Amino acid sequence: MKSAVVVFPGINRERDMARTLRLVSGTEPAMVWHAETALPAGTDLVVLPGGFSYGDYLRCGAIAARAPVMDAVRAHAARGGLVLGVCNGFQILCESGLLPGVLMRNAALRFICKDAYLRVERSDTPFTRGYNAGQVIRVPVAHGEGNYVADEDTVRRLEGEGRVAFRYVGPDGSDDPRWNINGATNAIAGILSERGNVLGLMPHPENHVEASIGPTDGRGLFVGLTRHFAKVA
Amino acid sequence: MKARVTVTLKTGILDPQGKAIEGALSSLGIAGVASVRQGKVFDIEVAATDRAQAEALLKDAAEKLLANIVIENYRVEVLG
Repeated sequence: MKSAVVVFPGINRERDMARTLRLVSGTEPAMVWHAETALPAGTDLVVLPGGFSYGDYLRCGAIAARAPVMDAVRAHAARGGLVLGVCNGFQILCESGLLPGVLMRNAALRFICKDAYLRVERSDTPFTRGYNAGQVIRVPVAHGEGNYVADEDTVRRLEGEGRVAFRYVGPDGSDDPRWNINGATNAIAGILSERGNVLGLMPHPENHVEASIGPTDGRGLFVGLTRHFAKVA
Repeated sequence: MKARVTVTLKTGILDPQGKAIEGALSSLGIAGVASVRQGKVFDIEVAATDRAQAEALLKDAAEKLLANIVIENYRVEVLG
């Protein structure tokens, strides 16, 4: 799997992401500066990592979504290439129009930095094939603006088309508003694009991949992606 | 020409910052505030000398960047 991690000024999770990609896929990802106008040839997966691009000025992800490299990311997605956006990366995908909706201030107004429980809603996508549908995973979150909001039609379409990939749930996998940490509509933690090749999620699966530092529930996402490309190739 | 673009949240979009300001006003003892919705103001100078041209340019700027039209409304005023 040839991956490219896009680096915007103010991003701070790009090294965690690169480390995980290297650990799980065995291949060193390319680090691509935001001012580039092209992705390295043969890129399979583009990753927009977490952080605070442009200091969250204007709106989270708003400036990064208009960076030169985003035209190349859009073209990659239009060709059916895979794009993963985590945390600020999810916000950038929404601001760039690659995913619908917007991530608003957490309902409780506080920055949340702790582990969350997610239910993997389906296992038949390149991003989630490393999991079983309905599986509950424990993954860290660290965000102030993760409250997913979209108009009613969009939410209905996302639900109807099975495009909600991850949902905040209780540890036993049940829907429980108390575990919907940021107040997201329908407890949405991650969504897929219409063609299923773009995934955005607020939690950080890249931070739970090594047994020496805790749970490894995030590993499945990267294992699944690696297997997807091993099979395609 | 000087212009102002005002961006506000659409009706029905939860505004936690506005709510927090509302609460702070009430704790300051400023009575009679029914509700607060906060937004952004952009004071912009444009090179255009024609009002219609300036308005068109700012509308474009608002839709492409200044506002997220999923959740926000914007108003363009060319002040002259």
